[in-house]
Parts: sequence; C-alpha cells; structure tokens
Amino acid sequence: MSEPPLIELEGITKTFGEGAAAFQALKGVNLTIDRGDFVAVMGPSGSGKSTTMNILGCLDVPTSGRFRFRGVEVQDLTRDQRSLLRRRYLGFVFQGFNLLARTSALENVELPLLYRGESKKLRREAAERSLDLVGLLPWAHHTPAELSGGQQQRVAIARALVTDPDVLLADEPTGNLDTERSLEIMELLTDLNKTGITILMVTHEEEMAEYAKTIVHFRDGLVERIESGLKNGGSAASASEEHA
Amino acid sequence: MLGMIGATMLLALREIRRHLLRSFLTTLGIIIGVAAVITMVTLGRGLTADVQEEISGLGSDVFIVFPQRADPNVPAPPFDDADIRAVENQIAGVEGTAGSVNANATAFHNGQDWTTSVQGADSEFFTAQSIDVVQGRGFNEQEEARGESVCILGPKIAEEIFQADQILGEQMRVGNVSCRVIGVIDERSNSVGGGNDADDVVFMPLKTVQRRFIGDADNVQFFVVKYDPAYQTTVIQQQLIDLLRERRVIQDGEDNNFNIVDTAEINDTVNTITGTMTAVVTMIAAISLLVGGIGIMNIMLVSVTERTREIGIRLAIGALAREVRLQFLTEAVVLCCFGGLIGILLALGLSILLSSAADLPFVFDPVVNVLSFVFSAVMGVIFGYYPAHRASRLDPIDALRHE
Repeated sequence: MSEPPLIELEGITKTFGEGAAAFQALKGVNLTIDRGDFVAVMGPSGSGKSTTMNILGCLDVPTSGRFRFRGVEVQDLTRDQRSLLRRRYLGFVFQGFNLLARTSALENVELPLLYRGESKKLRREAAERSLDLVGLLPWAHHTPAELSGGQQQRVAIARALVTDPDVLLADEPTGNLDTERSLEIMELLTDLNKTGITILMVTHEEEMAEYAKTIVHFRDGLVERIESGLKNGGSAASASEEHA
Repeated sequence: MLGMIGATMLLALREIRRHLLRSFLTTLGIIIGVAAVITMVTLGRGLTADVQEEISGLGSDVFIVFPQRADPNVPAPPFDDADIRAVENQIAGVEGTAGSVNANATAFHNGQDWTTSVQGADSEFFTAQSIDVVQGRGFNEQEEARGESVCILGPKIAEEIFQADQILGEQMRVGNVSCRVIGVIDERSNSVGGGNDADDVVFMPLKTVQRRFIGDADNVQFFVVKYDPAYQTTVIQQQLIDLLRERRVIQDGEDNNFNIVDTAEINDTVNTITGTMTAVVTMIAAISLLVGGIGIMNIMLVSVTERTREIGIRLAIGALAREVRLQFLTEAVVLCCFGGLIGILLALGLSILLSSAADLPFVFDPVVNVLSFVFSAVMGVIFGYYPAHRASRLDPIDALRHE
C-alpha cells in the first residue's frame, strides 16, 4: 500500500460554545476510510455522527486533532481552500434534498460546474449525462416543486455526481422518503459505489445501513465499534424484503 | 469568470422579476433622485440656452455704452460723434463702433396710425447687433451720409400697418417725416435702446433721426463697441472707462456718468444662477439617493436572510466567499441600474414637459445622463457591499439548517 488512505481522522475533538455552556460533541475520533468503501455512519442523535460528517465534508473544522484527506491536512486550510476541496472532490446529498427552488432540475445539476468555471455547453452536457444516470433526463426542465421526493433526491444525487467526485457524502439521504423510494435510492448509491465512488452515509435505519460495506457506530462523541467487510448490494436488498 | 458573471447577471434579473413590486419600490429613491438631478440640469441648460439666445440679440463680443446719472439731480450728458471716433481710434482691440439714438413717434399709412419708436442706426450698428434684413435691403453709404428719408421696419409694425400688402417702396409718414420703406428686419428676441418690443421699431439712418427727430446732429444716446475676442475684455473695458472719464471731464473720486454693459458678463451671471440652482437640487437629490441607497441595503439584507438556505447550498457545493459576494453585489447593482434607467426616462419626460410649459428650449445633456447611470451603479456597489459580504460570511452548516 504505497497510496495513503483516502480519509484519516486522528484524535478529532469538536467543542461547541465556550466556558460553562461548552459542549463537547466529539471526544477524540479516530477513523480511517479507504478509497472505494461504502460507509454507513450510525448512532443515536447527539452521538456526534453529524458533526463528524460536517468535518469529513470539509464544511467544519475540528477543535483539535488531524483530518487528512488525500494526504492534505484539512484542519490547516482556509475557508476558501476547503470550498475548493469540496468543489473538486466532494459531492453532497442531504436529507432535505436542498435543491434550489424555482430552478429546473437541469440548472440545479449544472450549479457545481458553474463554480468550476466550465463552459455553458460542457455544463449542459455533463448535467444531462448525470440526470440520465439517475434516470431523470425526461424531467430535466421540471422545478423541484413539480417532482416527487424520490425524484428530488435523485436530482440531488445527480448534482453531487456531476463533478465526478471522489467521495459522496449523504446525510440521511432516505430520511424523507417512503420505503420503496428509499430502497431505490440505496440501489442507486450501491451502483455508484461499484463504479469506484467512495460513499459516506449517515443513517439511523438498519435497513439502509445493510447496503454498506462498513458500518461505523457512534456513541457519546466517540467511535463505539466498526463493522467492516460486510456484504453489499443485492443480498442486502433481499434481506430487507424479508423484513418488509 | 465571464461565464460566472453572465450567469450571475441572469440570476439577478430572475430574482428582480420574482419580486417585481418590491424591487420597484426599493429603487424609488434612486429613481426620484436621478430624475430630479437630470431634470434640473436639463432645465438649467435650457434656461442658459434661452438667455444666450437673448444675449446674442445684443450681439456677441460687444460692449454697450449708455449715459447714466452719477448724481440723481444732474442728468448725464449724451455722447457725441467725436466720443465714438475716439473709442474706435484710440483703444487697441476695438474693431468698430456704432452709435444710435431713438425717439417715440407715430407712424401713419393709408389712414392708419401706430405709436412706435424710431431708432437711428447705420449699417455698422446692424452688423454689431446681428440685425438681419430679411426683405429688401439695408441702408447704403449715400443714404447714411446724407441722412436720407428711408426706413427699415420691424416685423411687428410691418404687419400692423401694411398687413399683407406691398411694403417695399411704399411711402409712410413717421411723425412729420415722410420716408420710403426699403427693408424689413427679422424677428428679434431682444434689442438695445428702442422700445419694449424689439420688433416694433422703425429704423432710419442715424443722421436722419439726429436731424429730424432729435434736432441735434451730433447727439448719440448710446453706442456699441465691437471688440476682438482675442483681447482681454477687462483690459479693453478699463481703457474704455479711462478714455470716457477723460473726455467727459470726470474728476478723480467722482462716479462714472455712464454705464458699460458687457454681454459676456450677463452670460456669466446667468450661468452662476443656474449653477446655484443645480447645486441646491443636486443636494436635495443626494439626500433622496442616500435614502434610496439605504432602501437598497435594507432589501438586500432581507433577500440574504430569505435565501440563507440557497447560500448554504451554494457554499456546500463549493462556491467561494467572493463568488457568493459577487452574486449579491451584482443583484444590488442591477437593481440600482434599473432605478437609474427608469429615473433617466422619467427625467426625459419631465424635462420635455416642463421646458415646453416654461417656454424654454429642451437641451438634452448626454453627460449628465451617462453620469447619473454610472452613479446609480456605484450606489449599488456601495450599498450592496455589506449585505453581499454578510451573505459570503455565512456558515454553510448553519445556512443549510436555516428554515
């Protein structure tokens, strides 16, 4: 292994507030994620999983500890440098979809490329390719209000994929969807993972976590345990059908 | 970067269209400010142009010299031919002089009578005062030298007495002088000497009026001095004063018993007045623009708060702080530019309306229009910067959580 791990967290702590009101959300998290993994982050609310995801997404910086992404020490970067890292290597999918309202699916998907300074022609082509990948090309000119929740989340995934990221961060991607749509989204993520994209997903649903190769359990601001080398894909889907 | 700006402009236009009424109300302060300044400047230009036209009726680059009482109890003596010749011969920079006299008289023709004024003036006076003979001809040298009984009519008396009849070659009686009409002059906006109405006048050669109406062949009531504009007017004017004081035997310490009107000076006075008026209105407009600018800032802050989530999304997918700032700054600038544009159009309508109501010429000033537009854009930058900066400093995590 000459290549360093994609993501390394070393003794990450995060404290919100100061003095008596200070709250320590992370108390020294150590975690290594390799390229191509599909990681589900689980844990009760307040366990620190969202805070960890924010740090992994370069949206927030740790109070102490080291976060190396592709060998880069993220905690030492400026705000704009972290933006550049997000724009180049990361894609985000949120629980609430977070699409721009009154803006067509196509334009939503084009948005990250706009900030990359790509030409209009290239933006249009890449966005259409990305929408096609999630099966929503026929809906390209619909606004989010005209799409179902599952379709909106697919648009969000298309937006995350359009820049061809190394890592896809999904925060409760199925939290606002019914079971059938959730499974469709999970199938999609599984397929994407097979193409080589590393996926980090926060979820509190066992059913969804079963799609992952690695499950990281958080409790009280620490990593409680890690299950790795799990089955992934079709077998998980059939297992979930038995549950239903 | 260019694609970025183009996309940002489009986005700004879309946001403005989305809140059309709000955007319009927000820019009202700028609209009013810009419209006020441009309207005022345009009207000022019109007034100046109007006055300049009036002055040009007095001739340009001329002094007009009148006798004027220094002591209210002593009438000022008139000038004579020798005074005029001295001015013409002894002061450097004087190109020519022309004296004039006038008297009131009644004109008779075909059983009609008309009270008017008779002005004695030779062709030099016509030249210096830019008086155009539009029908017939001016006086010739022989008529001037002999003081012949020929006359040139102002357009008003020509119309009152002759209506549409044949004018040239007709005999008419003015006072007790019978004269032959040889010409009609163009309408004028103003005149020196003569009566109140520049168009209600009968011109005869200077000598004719001196002899037959004044009874003193040497009396000159006032004269015009045409000078070379290459010379300094203040120097010529001072020499003129010195010469006339000497010839009129005014002791040191006594006031001049004559007055010199400089048309350039009148022009300056009008410019000063319109300049002051414009400055006052500009100050009022500046307050309107300031209030308008604060309105812009306020609505941009509202917009930033409303769109916190959108800003969060943009930041999360990798927008730089300066890109978010540019987006909101562009929106403020576009908003202000619209305000400026509407203000310019409003000013155009108002200026045309007001100048026709005030009987002034409409003078479009491209400079003030362009400057107002640029100023509107600058307002957008100044008052849009803080809200845009605030948007760019938002924390993406908080912004995404914002409801």
